[in-house]
Parts: sequence; C-alpha cells; structure tokens
Amino acid sequence: MLRLLSFALFIATWWIASLVIGDAKLPAPPAVLSVLIAEARSGALFVNLGATLARVALAFTLAMAIGSAIGYLMGRVSLANRLGDPWLILLLNLPALVVIVLAYIWAGLTEVAAIAAIAINKLPTAVVTLREGARALDPALDEMATAFALPRGRAFRHVILPQLAPYIAAAARSGLSLVWKIVLVAEYLGRPNGVGFEIGVAFQLFDIPLLLAYSLSFAGVVLVIETVMVQPFETRLTRWRLRAA
Amino acid sequence: MQLEVNITGKSFESAAGKRHDVLDNVTFTLNAGEVGVLFGPSGCGKSTLLKILAGLDGNYQGHVTRSPGMRLGMVFQEPRLLPWRTVEENVRLAAPEVDDGTLAALFEVLELSAHHNHFPGELSLGLARRVALARAFAIEPDFLILDEPLASLDNALAGRLRDQIATLVASRKMMTLLVTHDLDDAVRLGDRLFFLSPRPARILHVETIAAPRATRGEPEIGEIKRQLSQLDLANM
Repeated sequence: MLRLLSFALFIATWWIASLVIGDAKLPAPPAVLSVLIAEARSGALFVNLGATLARVALAFTLAMAIGSAIGYLMGRVSLANRLGDPWLILLLNLPALVVIVLAYIWAGLTEVAAIAAIAINKLPTAVVTLREGARALDPALDEMATAFALPRGRAFRHVILPQLAPYIAAAARSGLSLVWKIVLVAEYLGRPNGVGFEIGVAFQLFDIPLLLAYSLSFAGVVLVIETVMVQPFETRLTRWRLRAA
Repeated sequence: MQLEVNITGKSFESAAGKRHDVLDNVTFTLNAGEVGVLFGPSGCGKSTLLKILAGLDGNYQGHVTRSPGMRLGMVFQEPRLLPWRTVEENVRLAAPEVDDGTLAALFEVLELSAHHNHFPGELSLGLARRVALARAFAIEPDFLILDEPLASLDNALAGRLRDQIATLVASRKMMTLLVTHDLDDAVRLGDRLFFLSPRPARILHVETIAAPRATRGEPEIGEIKRQLSQLDLANM
C-alpha cells in the first residue's frame, strides 16, 4: 500500500515537472507510456530487455563464481593473497570505461568481449568480500570438522559455506547493482541491441520519450528481480538467525 | 585398541618472537575400556596436549601412536556446534551412519528428546554440552576425548551430567581421556589419574584406582580424595 502511494507520488511529481519544464525536455507520462506500448507491440522492447538480462545473468554468474573462488583462496592461503593483492588493487581502481574499451579493442565488438568486460568490472568486489569472509571463518569449527573426520565435501557444504553465506549474499547484492550500471555502458559502446544500445540511439536522435521508456522499463525489471529473487534468498540464508533471536 | 603417547616437548613462538614451552615430557599409554584423567592447574597445557592427541596439531617433539582406523569422538570445552543446523542435524552430520534407535536412546539418556529440532542458539550451555556429548557418542568412538565437560555448570546440573557421562562411558569399551581440574569428577569418573605440573606440563604422578568405577561408594571416593589431597605435588 505504502509502495503504491510512493509510486503515485513519483508519477505526480513527474507530471507536474513536465508541465513546468515543457514537453520537449521532459515528456509527460502518457507520451512515454504510448512509446512503451508501441515498442512492446513491435517486440523490440522484449528483445532488447532480454538481451540485456542475458548479459547481466552471464556476466554476474561468471564474476560471482570466479570471484568467490579467488577470494576464498586468497583468504585461506597467504601466498595466494600476497600474489593476488596487487592485481586486486589494480582491478578495483580501474575505471569501468577503460576495461570496456580495451576489451572491445582486443577482442573486437563481440558478445564475449562485452560479457568479459562486465564480469571483470564486478570480479574484484566479489574477491574482496569473499576474502573477508574466508578470513572470518571460525578455526574452532574447522578443528571440530577435522576431529570428527568430516569428508572435505561435507565439511565445505555444512561448515564452511554457511559461514560464507552472508558474504556471498553481500557480494551478490553489491555486485548485481554494479552489473546493472555497467551493462548499459558496454551495450552503448559496442552492442547492436539491448537497453544500453536503444538509449544510445534515443540520445543521438534526441528522442526523449524513447529514452525514458527504456530507462523506466529497465528500472522496473531491476526492481522486480530485487524483490522477487534477491530479497527472499537473503531471508532464507539467515533463517536460523531469525529463529534464534 | 591402544593409544601410546610419548611426547618429549612442545613449544610455540609468540607474536613477539619469544619461545614458549607448553609441554615437557608426557608419556603414558591408554587401553580400551580405560578412563584416563588429565588433572592439572588451569593453563598448564592440557588443551594443547588434547589437540596433539586428537591429531589436530602435528607440530611437537616425540610421537603418538594410534591404532589404525581408530574413530575419534571429541567433546570440546565450548560445544562447537554448527549454529545453522538443528540439534539432530549436528549429530547426524558427524555420525551419518547412526541408526534412529541408537540416536533416540542416546537422546533419552542425555535428556535431549525434546530438542531434536532446536537450533544451538536456542539452547542453554548445559544443553549444548549434551548435544556435543551426543555427537561424540553417536559416532561410536574407539577413543573419546572429553575436555572439561562439566566446567561452568552449576553443581546440580554438573552432577547429573557426570552420571550421564558415566553411564555412556560404561556402555562401550573404548579409550576415554577426560580433562578436568575438579578432583571429585576425576575420582568418580577415572581409572587412572595423571597429575600434571604447571606449564610446561609433565606428569608428576600417576594414581591407579583399583576398584571398578561402578562399585565405588561414597566412603571409598572420600578416602581416595583424602589420600590424593595429601600428595605433595609441588615438590615432585
């Protein structure tokens, strides 16, 4: 109910602002809506949203998997940490634009280059978070697992992984928002479809209703995925904590 | 099954680079069906010794010979349960082969039957200790290590838990090693008492109690305690 109210307030503010500023710079909600419907009818909206979502899913999964593995290793093995740390600092502070442009130059304007560039941007934050998680592992529980001769796989699943879960959730949460931001830049610079590409086209044609239609539908998708997938996942992970409290 | 302990020294380096000797000469053997008690002042190196015997620390001088295939059950000083698993899951994780009947009987003895589905965070220290005990017994160990299982419980609760431990230890022919700094617990539960010196720990005196555990009455226990308290441990 409160969410609906907040949404209505947003639409009202937008409408009033467009009346004040004028249609040329900020079109009113109905104008944007009609463009949105036209794009949806032609199917272009879904093709572009789908392309962007596929890139997000691939780059996110790739970066989480590799980043978590490297972070865990760096947190557990001090040699790995000393070897990896300078690279990590470099990657952490490298601007997204540099990675994307270099990837397109070296690997061509390809899908692989785009996804790799997005993943590389997200990778270091996952590494840093998981390294912290691996450092915080309780040695007392490790000893328990060793004393009771738990097989490696079972110890990892029941002893290690639950301790890392909050860190994985944090990495996923911050990483996902990073990927949402970067994917559009990568598409804008070098892909022939996707939300970022359409926004680029709209920018060049100064087609503000189109620009807003894509921006808002993208924001809508992000909101839905956050509430339907990320938040329930976080709640599930901390189930034992809620009950204990 | 037998455990041969022949440790000649153990030291570690502190963060400041100084060498600390924790263990001196510790030599004894433990046979199946026997309860050994390590008795000594706080901080004398008992927990370090236990870690070596449990195979958690391989960095020491001397050797410890364990029978091959020996199953170890360990009750740590803190319960060390997995907070994200229920009581039953905690036990089954360590002992996947335990059958329902054995588990139910074990929970019955330890008065845990009502707590199968609780998470460790919902339990008192006394209950959590019992879950740790259940876990150690559920794997049907050949070698059981109990590190101060009765510490920081009130007298009534400690007494009850001591009786439960005595019942469980008697129910299986295994080597048991108990660490305590309570003479009463040592005399009631042990067959052989190893008196340890302050750090670096060495064995000062070994006391073998001839009477089987189950037959010791209050007067005998009192008499043994009286004799032991006259030992001049400080000058050994």
